[in-house]
Amino acid sequence: MNLRPDPTFYASPKIAMQAPVENYAFTVMLSPDGSQSDGIAVVDVNPKSDTYGQIVHQVIVPYKGDEFHHFGWNACSSSLSPLTGHAFLERRYLIVPGIRSSRVYVIDVKDPLKAEIHKIIEPEEIFEKTGYSRPHTIHCGPEGIYVSTLGGGGEDGTDGPPGIFIMDCETFEVIGQYEMDRGKQDKHYDFWWNLPQDYMVSSEWGLPPQFENGVVPEDLLSNKYGHSIHFWDLRGRKNIQTIDFGENYQMALEIRPAHDPKKSYGFCGVVVDTTNLQGAIFTWWRGDDGTWQSKKVITIDPRPEDPENLPPLLQGFGAVPPLVTDIDLSLDDKYLYVACWGLGEMHQYDVSDPMNPVLAGKVEVGGIAKGANHPNGKPFVYGPQMVEISRDGKRVYWTNSLYSSWDDQFYPNDEGGQMVMANVTEDGFALDPDFYIDFPKGYRAHQIRLEGGDCSTDSFCYPSA
Amino acid sequence: MIVDDLSVTALWWAVIFSGFYHGINPGMGWPLAVSAALMERKHSALPHALALLALGHFLSMLAILLPFSMMVFLVDWELQIRLVAGLIVVGMGVYLLINRRHPRFLARVHPARLALWSFLAALAHGAGLMLVPIFLGLCGYAQDDVGHEAAQALMTSNIRLAFLVAAVHTFAMTAAGAVIAVFIYIWLGLKFLSKAWFNLDILWAISLVCVGCFGIYSAFAGH
Repeated sequence: MNLRPDPTFYASPKIAMQAPVENYAFTVMLSPDGSQSDGIAVVDVNPKSDTYGQIVHQVIVPYKGDEFHHFGWNACSSSLSPLTGHAFLERRYLIVPGIRSSRVYVIDVKDPLKAEIHKIIEPEEIFEKTGYSRPHTIHCGPEGIYVSTLGGGGEDGTDGPPGIFIMDCETFEVIGQYEMDRGKQDKHYDFWWNLPQDYMVSSEWGLPPQFENGVVPEDLLSNKYGHSIHFWDLRGRKNIQTIDFGENYQMALEIRPAHDPKKSYGFCGVVVDTTNLQGAIFTWWRGDDGTWQSKKVITIDPRPEDPENLPPLLQGFGAVPPLVTDIDLSLDDKYLYVACWGLGEMHQYDVSDPMNPVLAGKVEVGGIAKGANHPNGKPFVYGPQMVEISRDGKRVYWTNSLYSSWDDQFYPNDEGGQMVMANVTEDGFALDPDFYIDFPKGYRAHQIRLEGGDCSTDSFCYPSA
Repeated sequence: MIVDDLSVTALWWAVIFSGFYHGINPGMGWPLAVSAALMERKHSALPHALALLALGHFLSMLAILLPFSMMVFLVDWELQIRLVAGLIVVGMGVYLLINRRHPRFLARVHPARLALWSFLAALAHGAGLMLVPIFLGLCGYAQDDVGHEAAQALMTSNIRLAFLVAAVHTFAMTAAGAVIAVFIYIWLGLKFLSKAWFNLDILWAISLVCVGCFGIYSAFAGH
């Protein structure tokens, strides 16, 4: 316990943008076949350092086959909420779930170069106390740490719907299910909220049999993946409204609310529209009558391609779908970054007017049947995927693995893991030729977290102005 | 009588200072007033929020003080009542020293229900208990003045005193919180919010122990 709030808790997004920049990044190291243990790579991102752009430390866990995916902090700027009384926590631990094993690791990164495992929560404890499996997204909020899950109970995770469970933010004990009334929600993926306005939004991927052994083409073509987002009374723990984008909008994944808590809108990325293979971004907002609305504001077209250059899964279509797999919003709510994992493109949209996004910049690297090299001439396998923006909005980092079994379907000839960075300057949005990390042999790279918080972890309790 | 007057004055100052002390504690709500004004984008939301926080705090003080003010029927047991009250306050302080966890249910309150939140926060932190020994001290002096009148009259005067103590305390609390909230909202900016946020948890718990001990001491000392 500190006597003053952690200096990396920021009252508003604006203050977070002005704070000292990140010196380290933490990136998932994933062993796709489970032959090695997964881990967290500590990456030096301080340009003045001798080891800039290198992995300077690794926390490798004792078990194999966890499949790390997303992870988050034990505490963030939400601790400054006067309602919760947690102002004196430290931003110190990374909560890292394994989506295949349902095991959760708590990693102490107080000294990033000596980061180590602090606690391991075994899968049995999660099954027993929550009835959920396959933990995924982490956010720190009222009452503790919220963890979304992709599976329900039972061997294949289909015994009951998946949902969110809560962990104690100091002892990391699993407390139990979040939901009191889940309404129509029967699948799960991402979630985020607006704390002062007291709402939460959650999204849907699919149930474990639909993703664990790869995408199931029949399910996708018959529109059986998730296509709805759910709005919740956050503290009342009730689903108050479900918006169905339409069943062709398959896999509504990342939820990105505006960071400024005064605003009542946000975005959701849809992987693929099965009628035309487009990728799509929806804007959702609260209307004057208090109900939630949504509208498709961005579409990204597929690229026609000779079937013989395509993986078997796509040969029948003769095209490369964009596959919008991740999106991230800068802290000033100005730029939305959209990863097109199939096309091999990272798009930068100016969303100052959230109803009328404008494509402001684009980086091409990797991609199906394209495989564009990094500007330094080295390969970038798969396509741009997990994206994370620095708090000041000037650096955009990304990696390239989506999910082990899906990587192998869409990019059957690729293997490896890279982390790259693009600079956002007045001249535009472009990859930094000097920042390129090739992951150790046998490892792929997934989500990135930045020291002191980033654009997909921190929830703010006070407006910027 | 001069000594008594001085002591009464000192007790009233204690009521006021405890108000200031509660008011500067972020845990009693001033950051919510700043947040309300910024979220609603209008200055008037700040005093409005402060008023709701004050209402909750006032009711929370009354909820603790009123039961004690009604115990005058047990006038022969005054010493014991004050001893037990002192022990309860010390106990609350010791409990807060040992159990440093924040009550999770406070996080379940809707952010717009400021009065309810303030009421529960004050209750959970023993804010009202901190006033009990001071209040019982004042009751003791009042009793001397009233003499051995009918219990009914005594109770009426004690209830009036409870309202007065709660009101003066809450006024001081709100004034202190308002000064900080207004300074941050108008001049200092949100950066100062985290700078002005001190961890008072231990100090708070120790304060309860001290006030409780004072209550026990003054019970034995006659007032």
